[in-house]
Amino acid sequence: MITHKAAERAAISLTLDGVHVKEEAPARMLLSDFLRQTCGKTEVHVGCEHGVCGACTVRVDGRPVRSCLMFAVQADGHNVDTVASLGSRDELSPLQRSFHEHHALQCGFCTPGILNSAQVFLEEHPDPSEREVVEMLCGHLCRCTGYRAIVDAVLDCARAGKDETP
Amino acid sequence: MKPARFDYYLPATLDEALDALHELGDDVKVLAGGQSLVPMLNMRLAQPAALLDINALRELDTITRENGALRVGATVRQGTLERSPEALSEVPLLAQALPLIGHWQTRNRGTLCGSLAHADPSAELPLLLTVLGGSVEVRSTRGSRTVAAGDLFASYFTTALEPDELIVTANLPLARPRRRYAFQEFAQRHGDFALAAVACAVELDESGRISHLALALGGAGEMPLLVETADMLGTELTAAAVATLAERAWAGCDPPNDHHASAAFRRQLVRTLTSRMLTAFAQPQEQLVR
Repeated sequence: MITHKAAERAAISLTLDGVHVKEEAPARMLLSDFLRQTCGKTEVHVGCEHGVCGACTVRVDGRPVRSCLMFAVQADGHNVDTVASLGSRDELSPLQRSFHEHHALQCGFCTPGILNSAQVFLEEHPDPSEREVVEMLCGHLCRCTGYRAIVDAVLDCARAGKDETP
Repeated sequence: MKPARFDYYLPATLDEALDALHELGDDVKVLAGGQSLVPMLNMRLAQPAALLDINALRELDTITRENGALRVGATVRQGTLERSPEALSEVPLLAQALPLIGHWQTRNRGTLCGSLAHADPSAELPLLLTVLGGSVEVRSTRGSRTVAAGDLFASYFTTALEPDELIVTANLPLARPRRRYAFQEFAQRHGDFALAAVACAVELDESGRISHLALALGGAGEMPLLVETADMLGTELTAAAVATLAERAWAGCDPPNDHHASAAFRRQLVRTLTSRMLTAFAQPQEQLVR
C-alpha cells in the first residue's frame, strides 16, 4: 500500500502533454494547482474549484475530467493532457481553428476546458446532433459568448472532419 | 491548496483496503470518483484525517451478471456504464437516469457505488437502486454482507454502513420482459441537483392489471422514499388510480425548504411528475414514447 502522510511531499511521475514529468506535491494538492503551480501549465484555468464551472477540465487517460476534483497524487502513473497538446499558436488544431473562425471565445477563460471536452466528444461523436453538443457543453460555464458560437464551432468542426474523410 | 491536511492511503488490494479501514477508525473517508467528496473537501465541509483511495483496486472495476442482477464494482465510472450498450439494455433505467447525473465530464470520474455511499437524498442513483429493489455488497475485515436498498439509506448523507465497511458491488436487478421503467426529475438547470425526482417500475399482466408497481421519490425527504403500492396489485391502472397514487406521493413526502425551492413547491413537483409518469404507463404500450 502506498501511503503519503499529510506533512510529506509525494513523488509524482506522469506523462504530461506527451512529456514524462517527475515532480513532488503534498497529498492534499489538487491536480489543477499542481499543473499550474508546479508544472507551469497556466493554460489550466482555475475557476470555481469545486467542479461546477469546467474551466480546469483536462484529459486524464483520454477522458475529460475536472482537475480541481482530483489530487495530484492520483495522477501518478497516468497520462494527463492539457489544451497545449491540441495545437500551437502557429498550428491550430481543426477544433481550435473552428473556434477561431466562429469567434467562439471572447475572454478565453473557459476555452481550454471546453476544447479538452469537445476534442474527446468529437472523437466519440463524429456526427453529433446539436442537442448532444449542448449537453456536452452544459458541463462548462461561459459568461461571454452565450454559447451559440461555441455550438456552431463544434458542429462545424464535425462537418469539416466528415468532409475530409474520403 | 483548498482541502485541509489528510494522510493519503492507496491500497493495492481489497484486503489491504479493508485492513486500513479497520485500523483508521471512523476519521477516514473512502475516495472513489471524488465528484461529491472532493468539493466537500475543497470547501472544508469535510476534514477527515485520512483518505483511502480505492482507485487502484482493479478487482472492483468490473461489470458482471449474476443471479438476475447487473453487478457493478465500486470503481466502475458512471461514464463507463453510460458507454456500455449491454448495461443500458439490461438495466434500462440506467439509460434514463445516468444522463441526469451532473455532467458528462463529472460522470467520467464519478462512480455508481460512490454515489450510493454518499447517500444524497436528491441524487439519482440512490433513487434508482431503491425503485429497482437492488442491493449492495459490503465488505470489512469482519466479513461480508448484502444490504438491501431499503435498509441502506438511513438519513441525509448517511447510510447504515459501519465505518470499517466498504461497498464493493452494487446489484441492479436486470430488466424483466413485461416490466416498464421511467425516471424523471425537475432541476433548474441540466446537471443541477433535482428539486424533485420520481422513478417507477410497472408491470401489467395480459388483462391490464397491475402485477408489479414500485414508485420511489427523490429529493422528497431524508432518503429515497417508496410509495405504498401493495393495495394496487391486481387492479387496473386507471386515471383514478393514477390520481390516488399521485396524492399518496404528495402526502407521503417531506421535502426540504431552502433557497432553491419551497417544500410546498417540491411536493407539487412530486405529485405532477408522478401523475405524468403513471399516466403514460396507463396508455397502451404501443403508444408509449420511451
